[in-house]
Amino acid sequence: MIDERERMTFRLRVNGGEHEVRAWPMERLLDVLRLQLNLTGVKEGCGEGECGACSVILDGQLVNSCLIPVLQAEGCTIVTIEGLAMGDTLDAMQQAFVDEGGAQCGICTPGMILAAVDLLRRNPSPDEAQIREGLAGNLCRCTGYARIVASVMSAAHAREARKNQ
Amino acid sequence: MSQAAGRALPRKEGRGKVTGAARYVDDLVFAGMLHGVTVRSTVARGRIRSIQYGFDPDPFTIVSAKDIPGMNAVALMVDDQPFLAADQIRHAEEPILLIAHQDRHAAEEARQSVRIDYEELPAQLDMTRSEDVFKSYLMEKGNVEGAFTGADIVVVEGEYFTGAQEQLYIEPQGMIAIASPAGGVTVWGSMQCPYYVHKALMKLFALPEDKVRVVQCETGGGFGGKEEYPSMIAGHAALLAWKSGRPVKLIYDRAEDIAATTKRHPSRTRHRTAVRRDGRLVAMDIDFLLDGGAYCTLSPVVLSRGTIHAAGPYHCENVRIRSRAVATNHPPHGAFRGFGAPQSIFALERHMDQVAAAVGLEPEELRRRNFLKKGQSTATGQVIHEDLDLAGLMDRALADADYHSKRKRFLRDNATSRVKRGIGLATFMHGAGFTGSGEVYLQSEVALEAHADGRVRILVSSTEIGQGTNTILSQIAADALGIGYDEVEMAQPDTGTVPNSGPTVASRTCMVVGKLVESAALGLRQILAHYEGLSFAEACAAHIAKHGVLRSTSRYQPPEGIHWDDEHYRGDAYGAYAWAAYVAQVAVDTSTGETQVEDFVARQEVGKVLHPVLASGQIEGGVAQGIGWALYEEVVYRAGRVVNGQMTNYIMPTAADLPSIRVFFEETPYADGPGGAKGIGELPMDGPAPAILNAVAQATGAAVNRVPLTPEKLMEAADD
Repeated sequence: MIDERERMTFRLRVNGGEHEVRAWPMERLLDVLRLQLNLTGVKEGCGEGECGACSVILDGQLVNSCLIPVLQAEGCTIVTIEGLAMGDTLDAMQQAFVDEGGAQCGICTPGMILAAVDLLRRNPSPDEAQIREGLAGNLCRCTGYARIVASVMSAAHAREARKNQ
Repeated sequence: MSQAAGRALPRKEGRGKVTGAARYVDDLVFAGMLHGVTVRSTVARGRIRSIQYGFDPDPFTIVSAKDIPGMNAVALMVDDQPFLAADQIRHAEEPILLIAHQDRHAAEEARQSVRIDYEELPAQLDMTRSEDVFKSYLMEKGNVEGAFTGADIVVVEGEYFTGAQEQLYIEPQGMIAIASPAGGVTVWGSMQCPYYVHKALMKLFALPEDKVRVVQCETGGGFGGKEEYPSMIAGHAALLAWKSGRPVKLIYDRAEDIAATTKRHPSRTRHRTAVRRDGRLVAMDIDFLLDGGAYCTLSPVVLSRGTIHAAGPYHCENVRIRSRAVATNHPPHGAFRGFGAPQSIFALERHMDQVAAAVGLEPEELRRRNFLKKGQSTATGQVIHEDLDLAGLMDRALADADYHSKRKRFLRDNATSRVKRGIGLATFMHGAGFTGSGEVYLQSEVALEAHADGRVRILVSSTEIGQGTNTILSQIAADALGIGYDEVEMAQPDTGTVPNSGPTVASRTCMVVGKLVESAALGLRQILAHYEGLSFAEACAAHIAKHGVLRSTSRYQPPEGIHWDDEHYRGDAYGAYAWAAYVAQVAVDTSTGETQVEDFVARQEVGKVLHPVLASGQIEGGVAQGIGWALYEEVVYRAGRVVNGQMTNYIMPTAADLPSIRVFFEETPYADGPGGAKGIGELPMDGPAPAILNAVAQATGAAVNRVPLTPEKLMEAADD
C-alpha cells in the first residue's frame, strides 16, 4: 500500500489557474487532473500512451498525461480540453468538430481536439496527409477519421479566412 | 418550420463532447465510494481446488459465488454463464472473486496477491473439433443434392476463415452501483442495452422490477461490445455494493477489457457451388461454423444472422446452409457490429471471385448474372418486392472507383513492380432490425412527453453510443410534430423513467425505434388537434392545464405482409435490407507482405438518409473497422488466453493507415421506415474484408482465404 507520508506538494498552472496539489511524485498527471482538479475531460483509454485520449498540452507540447509523472509537471503550464473555450464561446476547433461531425461517441474527442490544435500551431495549413500523420497518435474507433480530418481542415480554413479579413 | 430530416444538424450532445463536459461513468464520483476489482481464472479449463488471499482480508469487501442472493447466471438467452465461478472453470479470465477497497491501488494489490490452485483439465480450443453445439440451423431452398451433376455444371469449392476481433471502443467498460436489501439495486454505467442489464440484475438479486434501476451514462463507443457484457460488470459492482453497503465503482483497464470481454466470433465457412458455364448459379451448399467460446451469450442469434446472410444478394434456386455455433474454452464471443453477417459474407464474396475465375468471367460479370431482382427470392424464400437494381448500384460503384481502367493498368504494371496493386469488389446486403419474429417478441415501446412551453421530450431506452440516436430520433420527432429540432430533447436512458424500446443493436434504432417515435409523435398531434387555433406550445399548455400531463406512447406493430416461420427458417427474415457495392484498391509490398488500402468506395442504398453527416460517419467508421479486421486486427491466444491485450500489440487503424473513404448514398424511400429510412449501422462492416482480399488476390495471385491478412499470413499464402 502507498504511504500517505510520501505525498509532496506540486504547483501546476492549469487552464490559466494556479493549483497546489498533494500527490505522490510518480502519480500520473492524468489522475491528478481527473481526481484532484476534477478535469474529467481528460480521458483514460489505454494507460500506456497508445490511444491519446488523455492528451493535454504541457508547456506547449502535446503529451499523453498517462505517461507523465506529476513530478515532471511541477511548475508547468497545462491546457486541458476544459481550458479551450472562452466562456460560452467554443474554440474554433471545438466548433469545427461540432459542425463537421468530428465527434461521435466523444471519448477520444478531447484528446483529438487538443492534438488538432497542436497540429495547427505547428502547421497552420496542413494538407490531408499531414493531418492524418499529425493525428496518428490519437485513436478513434467511431469515425474512420474522415470527419475528424474534415473538422481540422475546416478549422484551418476558418482561421485563414479570419486572418485575411 | 423547415424540415429537420435530411439536414446536417448539430449532434444533440455534441457540445458536451467537445468541451469535456459530457460525463462518462468513470467521471462520476460518489461519496464513500469503493473501487472494485475482479479476480479471474488463469486457466482455460479446470476445477478450483483452493483459494488463498495472500493479504489481510479485514479492510476489504470480498465477494464469491456464495454471496449471490439470487441466480448465479447472467440472464440472457440461455442462463449458463455464472457471474462468479464457484467450482468449474470453463475459460481463462472467468470471474471468480470480487474485491473492493476505498483505495483503488490497494484493491489492485490485493487482487494480484490472490493465489488460486486449480486442477487443470484438457481444454477444447479448436472449434472445428468441438462436438458441443450451442445452436445449429439447416436452411434449405430447392434441392441442392441433385444439382451438382450435369454436363454444363462446374463445381467450385472453397474454405474461408475469419479471426476474433476486439470491439476496442476507446472508453473501457465500467459500472457504479448502489445496492441494499432495503433500497434495491441501482447502477450507472457504459452500455448499449439498459433493459438487458435490468433483467440480469433482477435475477441476480431476486428482486422485483421496481427495485432495480439502470441508468446509462454517456457511452464511449459500443459496436456490440457493450450489448451483453455490461450485465456482468453491473452484477459484479452491485454484488460488492450489496455486501459492503457502500457505492462501488468497477472500471476495467484496457488489458482486462481486451482479455475478458466478448469479441467477434471466429468462423470457418465451406462453400460448394454448382455454376453453369455461362455463370448462372445453380446450387450453393454452404457450411458455416462459429466459435461461441465457453458460454452461449448471443451465439444463437449471431449464428442466425450469419446463416441468413450467407447466400448473399444472389438468386439461386437451390441453396442449403448448414450452420453451427459450438462451445470451446475460449472466453465467450459475442455481439460485434454485423453480428455474424461479416463472417459469412466475407466467405461468400471471396468465393464469388473464385467461382468467376472457374468459369472464365470477370468478378463483376459473374455477380451481374446472378443478382436478385424484383420478384425473385432470397435464400430464406423472402420475395423481393422493391425495384432492386443491384447491377446499376455495382456499376456506379465501379465507375466511382475507376475500376475497369485501373484493373487493366494494375495487371500490366504488376508484372514489373515490387509493389503490386489490385482492385477488388464486394456486393452484399444487410437486414435491418431483429431477425424473423424478433421485433414482435421485443414489443418495443416509446413515449413522448410534451411540456407547457411546447418542448417535447423523447423517452426511450435506446442509447446514444456515438452513432447518433439522440440526433436522429429528435429529427424524426421534430418533423412529425411540426416543431423545431431545438424544441425536442432526449431523456437520459434510465429504466426508472423510460419505457423499454428494446436494445440498441441490429441497426434497429433509426428504422424500428424511429418509426415508433414517429407514430408517438403523430399520436401527440392527434391529441393537440382538439385545440384549434392555438400554436403548438399554447395547445400543449392548454392540455396540460386541463389534464396534468401530455404524453403519447407507441408500441411495435409489424409492417403489413411480413411473415416468418421460425421452425423452418423460411420467410421474411427482415423487414428491409440495405444493399451495397464496395470497391477497395490495395498496394501490396511483396518484399514485406504489407498491404495498404489506397482507395475505398462505399456505395449503398439505405432508404432515405435522415442526416447526411451522421450517415456518412457510420459508413466511414464501419469501413475503418472492416479494414482493421481485414488487415491488422489479430487476437492472439495462447492456451486460451489473449496474449496481446494492449493497444500496443492489438493494432487498430490510425488516421495514417486509412485512405479517404468515399461514401455514396442511393436513396429509395422505405415505406415502413421513419421518413423513408432503413437501418445503416452494421452494413459497412460487411464489405471491406472481402473487397480488400479480392484486391490482394488479384494483385498477388495468392489464394488468400482468411482474415486478418497480416503480412505473415500473406507470405504463407503466397508460398502455397
